[in-house]
Amino acid sequence: MNNEQQYIDIFEQHRELIEKPCATLLNEERRKAYSRFKEQGFPALNDEEYRHSDVSKQFAADYGMNLGRVENLTAPYESFTCDVPNLKAHQEFIINDSYLKGIDHKTALPQGVMVGSLNEIAKSNPQLIEPYYNSLAQDGDSIAQFNTTFVQDGIVIYVPKGVIVEDTIQFVTIQSTNIDIMSNRRILVILEERASLNMLVCDHTLSNHKTLSTQITEVFVGDGASMNLYDLEETSESNTRIAQLFVRQQGNSRFNHSNITLTNGFTYNRTQLSMQGEGAESDISGLVINDKHQHTDNRTLVEHKVPRCNSNELYKYILDEESVGVFAGKMLIQPDAQHTNSQQTNRNLCLTKCARMYAQPQLEIYADDVKCSHGSTVGQLDENALFYMQQRGIPIDEARHLLMFAFAGEVIDKIAIEGIRNRLHMLVEKRFRGELSRCNGCSLCHEREQKKTN
Amino acid sequence: MENLIEIKNLHATIDGKEILKGINLTVKPGEVHAIMGPNGSGKSTLSNVLVGHPAYTVTEGEVIYKGKNLLELSAEDRSHEGVFLSFQYPVEIAGVSMTNFMRAAINAKREYLGQEPMSAGDFLKLMREKRALVNLDSKLANRSVNEGFSGGEKKRNEIFQMAMLEPTLSILDETDSGLDIDALRIVAEGVNKLKGPETSTLVITHYQRLLDYIKPDIVHVLYNGRIVKTAGPELALELEERGYDWIKNETL
Amino acid sequence: MKKRNNNIFRKIADKAYEYGFVSNIKTDIIESGLNEDTIRLISQKKNEPEWLLEFRLQAYKYWLTQKMPQWAHLDIPPIDYQAISYYADPLKKNKKQSNEIDPELMKTFEKLGIPLEERLALSGTAVDAVMDSVSVKTTFKEELKEKGIIFCSMSEAIQEYPDLVRKYLGTVVNYRDNFFAALNSAVFSDGSFVYIPKGVRCPMELSTYFRINAANTGQFERTLIVADDNSYVSYLEGCTAPMRDENQLHAAIVEIIVCDNAEVKYSTVQNWYPGDSEGRGGVYNFVTKRGDCRGINSKLSWTQVETGSAITWKYPGCILRGDNSQGEFYSVALTNNYQQADTGTKMIHLGKNTRSTIISKGISAGKSQNSYRGLVRVSKNADNARNYSQCDSLLLGSKCGAHTFPYMDIHNDSAVIEHEATTSKISEDQLFYCNQRGIGTEEAIGLIVNGYAKEVLNKLPMEFAIEAQKLLSVSLEGSVG
Repeated sequence: MNNEQQYIDIFEQHRELIEKPCATLLNEERRKAYSRFKEQGFPALNDEEYRHSDVSKQFAADYGMNLGRVENLTAPYESFTCDVPNLKAHQEFIINDSYLKGIDHKTALPQGVMVGSLNEIAKSNPQLIEPYYNSLAQDGDSIAQFNTTFVQDGIVIYVPKGVIVEDTIQFVTIQSTNIDIMSNRRILVILEERASLNMLVCDHTLSNHKTLSTQITEVFVGDGASMNLYDLEETSESNTRIAQLFVRQQGNSRFNHSNITLTNGFTYNRTQLSMQGEGAESDISGLVINDKHQHTDNRTLVEHKVPRCNSNELYKYILDEESVGVFAGKMLIQPDAQHTNSQQTNRNLCLTKCARMYAQPQLEIYADDVKCSHGSTVGQLDENALFYMQQRGIPIDEARHLLMFAFAGEVIDKIAIEGIRNRLHMLVEKRFRGELSRCNGCSLCHEREQKKTN
Repeated sequence: MENLIEIKNLHATIDGKEILKGINLTVKPGEVHAIMGPNGSGKSTLSNVLVGHPAYTVTEGEVIYKGKNLLELSAEDRSHEGVFLSFQYPVEIAGVSMTNFMRAAINAKREYLGQEPMSAGDFLKLMREKRALVNLDSKLANRSVNEGFSGGEKKRNEIFQMAMLEPTLSILDETDSGLDIDALRIVAEGVNKLKGPETSTLVITHYQRLLDYIKPDIVHVLYNGRIVKTAGPELALELEERGYDWIKNETL
Repeated sequence: MKKRNNNIFRKIADKAYEYGFVSNIKTDIIESGLNEDTIRLISQKKNEPEWLLEFRLQAYKYWLTQKMPQWAHLDIPPIDYQAISYYADPLKKNKKQSNEIDPELMKTFEKLGIPLEERLALSGTAVDAVMDSVSVKTTFKEELKEKGIIFCSMSEAIQEYPDLVRKYLGTVVNYRDNFFAALNSAVFSDGSFVYIPKGVRCPMELSTYFRINAANTGQFERTLIVADDNSYVSYLEGCTAPMRDENQLHAAIVEIIVCDNAEVKYSTVQNWYPGDSEGRGGVYNFVTKRGDCRGINSKLSWTQVETGSAITWKYPGCILRGDNSQGEFYSVALTNNYQQADTGTKMIHLGKNTRSTIISKGISAGKSQNSYRGLVRVSKNADNARNYSQCDSLLLGSKCGAHTFPYMDIHNDSAVIEHEATTSKISEDQLFYCNQRGIGTEEAIGLIVNGYAKEVLNKLPMEFAIEAQKLLSVSLEGSVG
């Protein structure tokens, strides 16, 4: 009840503290967003978009917020690098909600490409950021308004016209804290005409305290530009993640997105894709592996506004123990969007009696010359396949793993970058074998592992 | 060891309905037995029961295989002990590559037998060798198990797996169904090449034509859940000529 | 928008609804408005027992606390519930002759193709004819009675079989179920009552024909069907209304109880007046239909062809409570001009080994909006539940909308649930092929649409299926171009 009040109070009391370190642009949007948030409050359970995820309750706890921008004294990235083998990556870090300065990048990015702190770039190049920042999220729900109200920093990636960024930009967010803490982050990606970018966002927690993060990502894919965006969540059971991704696609652009939830606590991901130029193509996918009391809610909206765009969507869930999965995917085909080709597939595996799946694929179509379909299934592993494998001598547990791995593989195989794909195959396999409480790529985990074996 | 497998008074049901009503059958090492019979007589049930399909319940009788109680073993342990079924309808397993599938099978068997896992190199070499035996395209081996395979390719894939796993008792369940004459020959030649003095084969078939290629030592007729006639290879020819009605009449 | 003097367009649109005439029948209509006294008056006119009045008043009190549901993909204009008359009785003229039916009324039903004289009746169909708030006549009652089957109007059932009615009424659709269910429970007038005793297979199709005639009235019928152990019945329902420029309200409840090993088939051809080509007038159709498959091995099958009404809000559902029970929903919903439909089903799996099938075919033309909304819920103890859903949409023209909103709530790991949906249009190639073979475009569309809907139409009893086919073609007239 009225979980918003404490945040309204915080904002009213600490307005100056919040605004002081921030760029004018951020503060201008902040004021607008605050009045919307104050009016709307957190979404209630009778809100169709939140009917299976009590997001408001997640905000009830008394989280610390780093409004005074205290710098992190410990630098977890030094031990936690989240390296992906065989991936040429340009790494950036956000620790809690602070952009980490002074990373020693091994390689230089192409001329004109800008990667850095949102707050800094909004101060130094406001004319670059201004047309984009919050232009999509301003129409978002009250969670988006909340984020804009409290956000103080984040990351900007700008790729000018025709520039192809070969290295993957790897953006690592780490919640590292010894108190309960909330972080509000922002990612802004601007791709001008024919630019190209691969991006991997890894979300981690290194803490057993309650953590909550809101993250708004706005992506602008210009004419003929192309982007691969991979989101990977490996957080902990005490984490709440509320992430919203807004994408605007211009003509003949490509946008591919995979959202992988490997370990988590309570996750609410919203993906909103607007295809505004003819000939745009998108492929969005998601994989959720949940067990214990984990809760993952993925909502997608793919909006076709203009003719001749293609979109493809695949979301898969594997639910074990008492976990809860929610998938609500809507395809919205506006009257002008003739010759749209749009497919959505949702497949769910429930492994126990207590796991719950809520699936809600939706078509909303206002144009007649379109090809649209969706399919959704909930089921179990194929018993005939299991027996066939047993007959060939494969033990039943192993057979199950192979089938689950194959089920998940369909999503992972969509990842275009081999290094990331291989790593995910490995992580998923470890997850199934119950070995995924640690991250192979980081020395911290190695140490932890070694301590354990000693 | 005198008998490879000895089936005694085997009764089995599916969904509460009795299909096998007292099967008695003994196979010695090196023998090829054909089990023939009209549709619905229980042929596929017998093969499924022998490999431990969970849908069937054995209500009476026993099966002694290599001196062990076969019915007590799990489906995978029966496989490790060398019982192989070439399925009538091999299942398609999306997303699981043939290579991963076979490696899992081979290594599980090796573990059962207390052997080290096979190295990747040795495994791939073995795959290549055995593939040649049934002219299985290497492309098929890179695909998912049986997915998108034609009827003939699926059956060849079954025999390929049989070659990989080197079973002691092979059960071929209607392996000839859906095959044209060339495919039938390739499959049958594969089976014959795999045949050794210690390995036995149960050929389950409705028609005689597979038996032109895989010569049986003994032919049984299964009817209404029981073996009603047992004789030499000439029985198959007689069945081909006269059909099954005379047998049905004899048993009435 | 088309101009009003566009004669050809007008003609087609007018022709499209051939049941739009008004009958000149003396009708006793109570004053419009709704309050406790209205309810007492209805109850008194129907000479109802005290418990029923109590039931109505309770529902009314609950209704007052409720707001009209807004979640559907519908644009519902505000409805003034005080401007509606809640009771219209076409029978009332001379009390002495109350057993005779006004010949004008008989004519009306004949004109609708529903002869009320048994000798003229469609073979093997018994009819309960309801005009406005009252059941006019029920045919073949006696013949059915010999087998122990009760088929009569709800008013009659309340008088003759009060215990049966009391035992089942409101047990499937509680008056608290939704806004319109509460309204109906407060003011329901007439409808059909069916009871099939143990072990009886009903020898003929039972049907109810609903007709709204009076102006400014609402129709609030209530149907209750009970199929006792090992029984079977096939029930049909048809509806029409005159063309009027004002909107009319129809808020019905259908409750079905299916006991052990019993089977009920419920078919609807809904052709309430849809409004004219510019969206004026038409019936607002807010209906709660639900069956409770209480018994083991029970089966309930809903088939609906929805072509009428300005607004349709309707989700016939099955509560699959008994082990091995089965629910089916087959639907064709066609919207043209400014019609809006939000329709689908609810399959609630509670028992073990329950099965449900949903086949929905939406057809949108003109400027209409057509939505499928369906829920499949598998509760925690509903082991081995199976559901297959297929929802197809066909769009005719670029100004209409077709939407699909399935909800799947799965709380059991042994469930196998499959949902598929597609959207398509009639291709130019198909039309040209028909044209080349000499079939006009409008007829070709009729043919293709009927082919598209065939899977559902096949589920209807024969006479109904033919009627429904004609209806689909007629309803699409004027949608081309």
